Amino acid sequence: MSDQRIDENNFEKISKTYQPKPNYVLNCFKAFVVGGLICVLGELLSEMYIHWFNFSDEEAGNPTVATLILLSSLATGFGVYDKLGQFAGAGSAVPVTGFANSVTSAALEYKSEGYVLGVATNLFKLAGSVIVFGVVSAYVLGMIRYIWSLIF
Amino acid sequence: MNFVWAFLVGGGICIIGQLLLDVAKLTPAHVMSSFVVAGAVLDVFDLYDNLIEFAGAGATVPITSFGHSLLHGAMEQADEHGFIGIAIGIFELTSAGIASAILFGFIVAIIFKPKG
Repeated sequence: MSDQRIDENNFEKISKTYQPKPNYVLNCFKAFVVGGLICVLGELLSEMYIHWFNFSDEEAGNPTVATLILLSSLATGFGVYDKLGQFAGAGSAVPVTGFANSVTSAALEYKSEGYVLGVATNLFKLAGSVIVFGVVSAYVLGMIRYIWSLIF
Repeated sequence: MNFVWAFLVGGGICIIGQLLLDVAKLTPAHVMSSFVVAGAVLDVFDLYDNLIEFAGAGATVPITSFGHSLLHGAMEQADEHGFIGIAIGIFELTSAGIASAILFGFIVAIIFKPKG
């Protein structure tokens, strides 16, 4: 290995052999359990809102998501959610709590630069891509679907 | 039974995300963006509505439902107002999530100190 010359062409190939290989099965299992449990918590909250606060099945999604976001923001503030993220990978990033975590952690990270230029400016530093791609794709698909409904 | 399906479907969506992270070597931001687009695409054929009916929070909690709600709100207003309705309605169903993320994120940033 040592006598092999490292240049631009084979750098990526050589460096790849030194990267730790992720344990695919274990990572997927962790993501499955943690992501599933977050969804169970969401189901629990939405049943609670339906039974005790008279929300309809469809409307219950709003307060459920808002509550999950509140919990996740607080957990990020206490530093718990980032530990969970290291353990669960996509299990904590894919649910809506991961979206709230990226908003809150970006805000906290830039707190030292002040509330206007730090917190408020960087709030969507990580989560912005989700909103941009969501809106652009929904807009394009909405146009296609609307034109389709006009023709047929 | 609702809880079992929520667990299985929600966990299953997270497995897809984990595979994209590990095997396809995407960053979390790429995974989240792709999932939002996927949710919007699945809504075109009403597939995501069926999944929500089947799995409840297992389908509404993952970020894919964000793309689904964006398109859903847009189409509801498009039926009434035409092309401009798409712009009117696009945030209609997701405003609770975005507003609370901004509000709670800002409040937490004021109260807490950054860790690490």
